[in-house]
Amino acid sequence: MALIETQNVTKIYRPGDTEIHALDHISLQIERGEFISIMGPSGSGKSTFMNVIGCLDKPDSGQYLLDGVEIGRLNRDELAGIRNKKIGFVFQGFNLLSRTTALENVELPMLYNGVPPEERKEKAIAALNRVGLGGRENHRPNQLSGGQQQRVAIARALVNDAPIILADEPTGNLDTKTSSEIMDLLVKLNAASQMTVVLVTHEPDIARYSRRVIKFLDGRIISDSSPG
Amino acid sequence: MMNIPSTIKISLRALRGNKMRSALTMLGIIIGVGAVITMLAVGTGARQKIEEQISSMGSNLLMVLPGASTSGGARMGSGTQLTLTLADAEAVKKECSSVSTAAPILNGVAQIIFGNQNWSASIIGTTPGILEVRDWPVAAGRPFTDDDVRNASKVALVGQTVVDNLFRNVNPVGKIVRIKNIPFTVIGVLEAKGQSAIGQDQDDTLFIPVTTAQKKLFGTQFPGMIRIIMVKAKSSEDLANAEKQITELLKQRHHIGQKQEDDFTVRNLTQMMQAAEQSTHIMTLLLGSVASISLLVGGIGIMNIMLVSVTERTREIGIRMAVGAKTWDIRLQFLIEAMTLSVIGGTFGILIGISGSEILSLLAGWPTVISPASILLAFSFSGIVGVFFGFYPAYKASLLSPIDALRHE
Repeated sequence: MALIETQNVTKIYRPGDTEIHALDHISLQIERGEFISIMGPSGSGKSTFMNVIGCLDKPDSGQYLLDGVEIGRLNRDELAGIRNKKIGFVFQGFNLLSRTTALENVELPMLYNGVPPEERKEKAIAALNRVGLGGRENHRPNQLSGGQQQRVAIARALVNDAPIILADEPTGNLDTKTSSEIMDLLVKLNAASQMTVVLVTHEPDIARYSRRVIKFLDGRIISDSSPG
Repeated sequence: MMNIPSTIKISLRALRGNKMRSALTMLGIIIGVGAVITMLAVGTGARQKIEEQISSMGSNLLMVLPGASTSGGARMGSGTQLTLTLADAEAVKKECSSVSTAAPILNGVAQIIFGNQNWSASIIGTTPGILEVRDWPVAAGRPFTDDDVRNASKVALVGQTVVDNLFRNVNPVGKIVRIKNIPFTVIGVLEAKGQSAIGQDQDDTLFIPVTTAQKKLFGTQFPGMIRIIMVKAKSSEDLANAEKQITELLKQRHHIGQKQEDDFTVRNLTQMMQAAEQSTHIMTLLLGSVASISLLVGGIGIMNIMLVSVTERTREIGIRMAVGAKTWDIRLQFLIEAMTLSVIGGTFGILIGISGSEILSLLAGWPTVISPASILLAFSFSGIVGVFFGFYPAYKASLLSPIDALRHE
């Protein structure tokens, strides 16, 4: 069984009189342990697809099975629970809580699934060590570089042992050197723990790190290939 | 469900992050709670004072005063002429079934001399019944007896103020004082009573047998005349009946016809005091509700700031939702924040309220009483304000779409 499976997933926006098919009957399967990139120009539907598979949004029609669970039937709080257990998000803008230490940022997902405080701290420190930020637990986001902030975000995505990391333009705000460090880290995590990585990007250089590239245009998949 | 201790930690951090704003928001609640507590303290203090005065005056009390008299077509004011007699007092005591006891009063002010000290006080000629009527026990020595009244003995019971001013450190019982050059033996000391409802020092008093007062001190050309009859009804329910019985009895005794004006007045003191007490009660409620309005305004201040806070922290809410915060996790976070504001504000408000009422009673001399109930009331009210006005912003935050919230700049 595929980890992520969509069947005819459709999402339509109606700004005014026009209808925009942000997703137009998308059927796709992503297996456990894959490292894939989703590419396309802005407005191609790749972000909407990302929101749907990240359980931040529900499809208007079609089915989305995550780890065998039909997502379309779940309510708001059940979706939150799924996001908590199955998905780790990494965003372009890092999306860390300011005024909050790296450690507490990484602890955040565990606040919402009842992990006791000591265990929370232990796991958060372990996750920070995995992304190479051991010893910076008490730094705040504004005391860290962009690359370090993104590492904190990755540690936060890892900490609940979610099977999927969804990275939306994770290197968009970083310089080339830092970008490759972050990508190396994602590759390492994917290889070491069979973690599925879904990457949204418009940079071919970044997409090259993945083994499979899916291209979106006007809400449709126009190509699905391994870059060789 | 998110765990409460870490939610509280998060809330406190958010409040600390905006110290000035949090402090100003709390100020509304501080002033509100402080005002409620102070106002209730003033009101309760006033009521307690009146209650004290009621009980110091004696309970279920009626007073019979000489009424207006007409002399040659000229109407004189109430009490200008003595119309009551010792016999009237006796009759009231014996014949009115609702009356527990009655005591006549013939009073005046005179100088009392003891050794080389002198002091002017209110001298009250009365009968032993006065002690029961006024609920006024003897602290030392003995009360005077019916025999003392019958024999017009020259004995006296002295009030505390008289003792303080005349005797200083000497035990007054058994000593001789001189009033208008007549020697009186002090046979007892009255217990301290404090001020009356109109601010008179009730302890600045000396009781002597009414007959002695008539014959030796304040005699008039009409023997047996007294100024006032103090009456104690059997119970508060009997007050109205007693009033009616006394009126009928005295009309009969004074031969007053249907169309004639009464030459006496019966006053229900307890009723007057109860009316005063009731008006204080209403005043307390009024003060309290005005103060509550400021608490309400403080609550609106909290809501305002929480709404601003929700808008400012939309992205934070989005992040929390993305990593798994459920509806109630978000709601609780903002609710606890609002409650923290109101409860901390409430705590400071209580301190302000307590010191405010202390200062009021020090500077203005108002009696203030802070009851634990008023503190509890103000505190829980401020908590409720926090929940009530915090809920809408929290509710609004929890309904945000995670995608929109994450995109929010």
